[in-house]
Amino acid sequence: MGGTGIRIEGLRKRYGSGDTAVDALKGVDMHVAPGEVVGLIGPSGSGKSTLLKCLGAVIDPTAGRMTLGDEVIYDDGWRVRDLRALRRDKIGFVFQAPYLIPFLDVTDNVALLPMLAGVPNAEARDRARELLAALDVGHRARAQPSQLSGGEQQRVAIARGLVNRPPVILADEPTAPLDSERAMAVVHILNEMARRYETAIIVVTHDEKIIPTFKRIYQIRDGVTHEQVAKSSPVAAVALAQHAPSNGVLPGSVSGSPR
Amino acid sequence: MISLAGRDILHSFGKFVFTGFGLGLLIGVTLVMAGVYRGMVDDGKALLDNSGADLWVVQKDTLGPYAEPSSLADDAYRSLLAMPGVARVANITYLTMQVRRQGRDVRAMVVGIAPGESWASPGWPPYLVAGRHLTRGHYEAVADLASGFRIGDEMEIRRHRFRVVGLTRRMVSSSGDPMLFIPLKDAQEAQFLKDNDAIWRGRRRTAGNPTFNRPGDAGVLAAVNDAQSSSNSVNAVLVQLAPGVDAESVAATIRRWQRYTVHTRTQMEEILVGKLIATSARQIGLFLAILAVVSAAIVAFIIYTLTMDKIREIAVLKLIGTRNRTIAAMILQQALALGAIGFAVGRITATWAGPMFPKYVLLVPADSVIGFFAVMAICALASVVAIRMALQVDPAEAIGG
Ligand SMILES: Nc1ncnc2c1ncn2[C@@H]1O[C@H](COP(=O)(O)OP(=O)(O)OP(=O)(O)O)[C@@H](O)[C@H]1O
Ligand SMILES: [Mg+2]
Repeated sequence: MGGTGIRIEGLRKRYGSGDTAVDALKGVDMHVAPGEVVGLIGPSGSGKSTLLKCLGAVIDPTAGRMTLGDEVIYDDGWRVRDLRALRRDKIGFVFQAPYLIPFLDVTDNVALLPMLAGVPNAEARDRARELLAALDVGHRARAQPSQLSGGEQQRVAIARGLVNRPPVILADEPTAPLDSERAMAVVHILNEMARRYETAIIVVTHDEKIIPTFKRIYQIRDGVTHEQVAKSSPVAAVALAQHAPSNGVLPGSVSGSPR
Repeated sequence: MISLAGRDILHSFGKFVFTGFGLGLLIGVTLVMAGVYRGMVDDGKALLDNSGADLWVVQKDTLGPYAEPSSLADDAYRSLLAMPGVARVANITYLTMQVRRQGRDVRAMVVGIAPGESWASPGWPPYLVAGRHLTRGHYEAVADLASGFRIGDEMEIRRHRFRVVGLTRRMVSSSGDPMLFIPLKDAQEAQFLKDNDAIWRGRRRTAGNPTFNRPGDAGVLAAVNDAQSSSNSVNAVLVQLAPGVDAESVAATIRRWQRYTVHTRTQMEEILVGKLIATSARQIGLFLAILAVVSAAIVAFIIYTLTMDKIREIAVLKLIGTRNRTIAAMILQQALALGAIGFAVGRITATWAGPMFPKYVLLVPADSVIGFFAVMAICALASVVAIRMALQVDPAEAIGG
């Protein structure tokens, strides 16, 4: 994919109109390079979720410009016709809660996305299984979501976000339900994935534990972003290294090159 | 692509089968209701078929003998027999009444047939499953199996006892009551004769009338009393035509020259199906409509709740790029699957429960086919509400606040 990763310029979002209008975003500027994981922090009500929804193409921004890879997707109006296909092929979502589909087993929860994009079932499942193995839940591939622990569910959800190799992953508080050890593991996985697949990842978080792991952080206050370059914390780097998945570096079994 | 509907059904299999079972019982009742109607029509047709008649000659301007009372003189058959094209005629009486059987009542249609003629006479039971036909002029009976009588049983009709000598089957009145065949004379007596007290009072009345009771002319009073206590009425004359004769033209001739009302087979069917059971048919029709609405409401409610339980998942499915069409298809397929389970259970229930109903329940394959498509249509319709709700789910809900 190459290109610019995610670039957001002067993005505005106004909810409602007239007296009750809320200006949630008042000119957000942001850039995430391919292979980079950035943090997005800010007090409650500052517009973090709104920004993710705009970028995730589930609500319409009011004005501004958004670029994914080489493609301008929004420029004072959507520039892509099929937003559903955009979400399916270009954006991976990871939420605070895993939101797995309860009536599909773990493999099919992940394989569903490539299937929706028209990939044959067997191939989609192969892809899902590789990714699940890479995320250390390969042994639970045939279980039902309800039979997994919270951390396992979250890793399955991350696999689902990654399976279509999207150039962009949007993660909304992905570590909130996890203890610090598991939270670190999730951050490690996201970093690995970003590096391996040249994915641009935005992680919205309140989680003090993981904030030091980001090299770059955007803080959003009153609908405006402020960039901070984190003083690279040796403590965090050590913590991160300790919480790599048990099989060390992600296995080379994850085949295929990023799209 | 995998079947989302199928996976969801397997996931909540118990709930699904349970609901399908409940729906199935409802559909079973619906099919039985339709079967009751078909049974009534079939009873009517059996009545006409088994009578073996081509024409029914009845009292002028009546729809007799099944739908309205009718009475004719019992010697009318002689002139009818003389009409061109007529092969056989038979006097017949019909009387629906309670017949005593070992201290209990059986509702039955007592048919008076003139004995001594050939077995193929109109009005006679066309076949027996046991025993013999009536041979004596009095106090014998041939009973339909459904009446519960067996050969050798005794029954009480009015003042007389009858012994069952033969059994027949599928001989029922248009309202499904089993038939009891007895000799015509006995039947006339049962239907038209007064009881002893009434006769006695009638005689006193006649005796008090100076016109009949003239001094010195005692013969008049005796003759009048005799006339009053003998019966010479029948309800209808059944006519069998010679082969190849046009029923309508013979009927027209009889109407013209004998001044009776004559019904052909087609007209009788029209009277039985179109008039006699018309109210019942409307009643059943209304029941069917109500059951359809109730089934639709149940399916709609179940599908709606099943979908409500999945709102979050539907939002996620939409967020990750599932088409609306796919989600609508999932819900529709579930509704149809529910309908299919319900129909299967219903059909089995109806087949199994049908014979337990006191009236004849006739399950026509065509009704099942129509029923199947009706169930499917109702389920599809019932899923509309749930589909609309699912399509309105905002994918942004998956991201949350
Ligand atoms: N659908 C909406 N209609 C109107 N106003 C909204 C809507 N959604 C969000 N807002 C407002 O927009 C502002 C930003 O909300 P947003 O959900 O983006 O905050 P947030 O940074 O995600 O907060 P939190 O950390 O609590 O999740 C808030 O003032 C909120 O009240
Ligand atoms: Mg939020």
